[in-house]
Formats: sequence, structure tokens, C-alpha cells
Amino acid sequence: MSSAKPDASPPARRLPLHWLGILPFAAFVTLFLLLPTMKIVVGAFQTPDGSFTLDNIRGLFTPSILAAYWISIKISIASALLGCLIGFAMASAIVFGGLPKGIRGPLLTFSGVASNFAGVPLAFAFLATLGPVGIVTVFLRSNFGLDLRMLGFNLLSFWGLTVTYLFFQIPLMILIITPALDGLKREWREAAEILGATGLQYWRMVAFPILLPSLLGTLALLFANAFGAVATAIALTGSSLSIVPILLFAQIRGDVLGNPHLGYALAFGMIVVTGIANAIYIWLRSRSERWLK
Amino acid sequence: MKKIWSWGALVFGLLYFTLPLIGMTNFSLKMRRGEYSFDAYQKVFADPRFQETFTYSVMQALFTIIFGVLLVVPTAYWVRLKLPRLRPVIEFITLLPLVIPAIVIVFGYIRLYNTSSWLPLTGSLTGTNILLMFGYATLALPYMYRAVDTGLRTIDVATLTEAAQSLGAGWATILAKIILPNVLVAVLSGAFLTFAIVIGEFTMAALLNRPAFGPYMQLLGANRAYEPAALAVIAFGITWGCLGLIQLVSRFQKSAPPKA
Repeated sequence: MSSAKPDASPPARRLPLHWLGILPFAAFVTLFLLLPTMKIVVGAFQTPDGSFTLDNIRGLFTPSILAAYWISIKISIASALLGCLIGFAMASAIVFGGLPKGIRGPLLTFSGVASNFAGVPLAFAFLATLGPVGIVTVFLRSNFGLDLRMLGFNLLSFWGLTVTYLFFQIPLMILIITPALDGLKREWREAAEILGATGLQYWRMVAFPILLPSLLGTLALLFANAFGAVATAIALTGSSLSIVPILLFAQIRGDVLGNPHLGYALAFGMIVVTGIANAIYIWLRSRSERWLK
Repeated sequence: MKKIWSWGALVFGLLYFTLPLIGMTNFSLKMRRGEYSFDAYQKVFADPRFQETFTYSVMQALFTIIFGVLLVVPTAYWVRLKLPRLRPVIEFITLLPLVIPAIVIVFGYIRLYNTSSWLPLTGSLTGTNILLMFGYATLALPYMYRAVDTGLRTIDVATLTEAAQSLGAGWATILAKIILPNVLVAVLSGAFLTFAIVIGEFTMAALLNRPAFGPYMQLLGANRAYEPAALAVIAFGITWGCLGLIQLVSRFQKSAPPKA
């Protein structure tokens, strides 16, 4: 790596003009990222005429809204956990599994594509696969007499959404965790083996603790990723499944909750949930990077 | 033993990823009863709404890319050159769009820039289009900034700048003729990714009521059977194309002679 560090630091403090260079950027993020978010946060604590209140936040604690948050969080946790698990299995298969070298490149490329293949088209793809007349549904019914619907599977449900979200969760996990797996030095494994460790012991006592922060961190990122997903859910379920993003979407469109400021609170709740998940991510990430240098 | 596990994980993954792709392709070809045909695609391409919304989203993507490059390249360059202490802050800000869901950001836009506000962007068509473009630029910011910043890391910004300055170049010349060509591959990667994000984006366009490709797909999905599958295939093709182009340009750079 070439170090682009300006050694003799220019007399920056003397010239405040330097700060003008990032003025356009500062103006843009203030106007179109920070202020809009602030507006939501402040609005969550305001009555329609502008005075301070906690009623909007209190309004979130009704059974229907709590249920929406709960199922959103459940879907996000399930798809994040499964995405981590399956993604990890696939990533370690291509890094350590002794598979042909030619698989790695295409799989990583495909992961890049699939992790960006979200939104409306993803819902269509799964409707054509696991929907009522989807290819898998029809195949199972006509060849094995298995009716997915009779078995309790419905694409417009908790599991349906989770299975669909996995299509972008697993690739994201593969993309993030492969470099971390590459960072496990061969010397560590050899050192462990020389000291008499079995493969399982090496994983349990050396590799896993090193990977743990980045595993948990990725988990948090995948969680936020699923929690904020709107388009796939709407295209898949219409508005039949009441999860937070769909509820918020309907609220923005037509004030279905009957209180404009409850919408602020709903959005504020989303920021809090994804904010917590990402704060965990950032914190753990900075811890894990200390090991992988 | 290990190999069996590896193959197992891989085959399971491949099965999971190929089935929906096969499913949508298969479904998109079945519009005519009893035989495979491209009827669904013909219907889609012939739909004037498809052409309108697709053109609209392509234009939005292009403007977003131009705006994003003009915003990000000078900023990332300047921060590296003059304000290195600010880097963590800027990096944190550029990652915020991954934390704050798009639906929350656009909700903020609607409330902040409505007709009775100090900057009534949603009051006019042009204003709303510009607002949507800014929204897309915000969504793409994490990817664009990271790509450009990574590109800048591989070149010696300070030396190049000093060399250009001692030859009499001004800031605009340095940016356009020295920095931009050197990080072109990174900029292109960011641009293609931006394109892939913008072209199918649904939430912002739908809530700002603009006739973009994403809301069109959703509308078609609610009303038709076979056309949505065809659209999914098309959208997947576009995503694949964008990511393929990224691979192509970065390979192009690797095969080029190393910079002195």
C-alpha cells in the first residue's frame, strides 16, 4: 500500500478556507440526509401544533403496532440468522473446503449480483417459484402429492418473507465474511495443530473467537438490511401482512392511523431499531479489525 | 469428509439461488397456453408505460451518477488532501443511508419540502424530479464514496497535486485531468452500482409519486400474471449487466501497466 499521508501537514489551521472544499458535500448531506431525519425525530415528539409531547411514542404501544414491530423484528432476526449461517457455510466451503478454485470467482460475482437483486423483481421471482402456481409448488404437488399450502407454507407469511429475504441476505454474508475468512492466517492453524489441537478445537478456541465480532457485526447489518426492506414486502404481500415498513408506507400515503404524528413515531421507531443494530455492528467491526490486520 | 460438507453447502446454496431464477424464467415464457413463447416479453416491451417509466428511471440514474460523481470525487479528494482528520466523520456520514431506511428519509423529504415549506420542492414536477434525484444520490452515497475513496487510496494524492501545481495547474484542472482519470475505474464501479440501485428503486419513487420503473413493476405485479416474471428476468439481466461491467472495468485496470 502506498501511503498518501501528508507528512509535513500543511498550515491547515491558519487557513479556514480549507473548509470551503467540503461545503457542497456538507450542504447536501445536511439538506437531504440529516435534516429530513431530524425532522422525523423531532416530529415524533411533537403535537400537530408544535408543542412537545410523548403521546406519539405512547401511541406506538397499541397491540396492532406492537405486533407489526414484533413480526418485523422476527423476520429480520430469522433472515439475518439463517443468512449468516448459510452464508458462512458457503463462504467457508469455498475458502477452506478444498473445492475447485474456479468456483470462488463466479460465486463471489454472483453474490454481488444477488445481493443487489432486491426489491420488486425479487418478489416476482419468488412468486413464480413458491407461489400458488410457482414451479416448485407445482412440481411438489404433481410429482409427490405434497401441497405446500396444506403443509402450512404460505409465501405471504413470516416464513415466506424470510425465505425471500434470504436471497439477498446470504450473498451479502458471503461478500462480507469471505475476506474475514481469508484473513485467518495459516500459521494460527499450524500453531494450534503443533500444540495438539483437533480441528474442532482449532475452530472453537482460535478461529471462532477471532471471527466472532465480525460474525455478530454482519448479523447486525443483515438485521438492519431486512428491517428496512419495503419494496419486496409490498410487491409480495400487497398490504396483507402488517409489518412496520408496510404500515409506514400506508401511513405516508394516506394516514391510515388517523394521526399524522403517529407516522413520525413509527418512523422514529424504525431509526431506533436499525440504529441499535448498526451501532452494535460498528462497535464490533472496529474490534474485529484489530485481529485481521 | 470435509469435502462432502463443502459440496453439500455449495449445492444447497446453488439450488436455493437457481430455483427462483429458473422459476421466473420458466413462468415468463408460459403466457401462451401449452407452449413456450416470448409473448410476455412482447407485451411488456410494447407497453408504452414500460417505455415511459424505463426511460424515466434511466434518465434519473444518469443524472444521479453525474451529480454523485461531481459531489463525491472533489469531496473525497479534498478530505484526503487537506482534511485527513475529518475522514472518520465523513465516512460515518456516508454510511448513514445504510442505517436510516429509505422510507424514513423520503418521509422526511415529504414533510420538509412540501408546498408550505421554505423550499417547496414537491410543489412542482421539476422540483420533485430533482428531489428524487437527490434521494437516489443519498441512497448511492455509501457505495459511491467508498468506491472513490478506495480508488484514491491507491494513488499518491499529495505528490500528484504538488506536481500538477508546480506545473501551473489550477484546482479544476487537477481534478479533471489528474485525479479523475486516476480513479476512473473506481468512479465507474460506483456509477454502475448506482445505476443498478436506481433503476429498480421503488419506495422513494412511489412515495414521491413519480412514474419510475419500480412503481410500474409493482403495479403490473398486482394486476398481471406473466408479465411480472418477464420484468423480473429483465431486471435481473440489468443487475447482472451492471455488476458484470464493474468486473470488466476492474479487470481492465489490473491488466493495464502498473502506475509509476
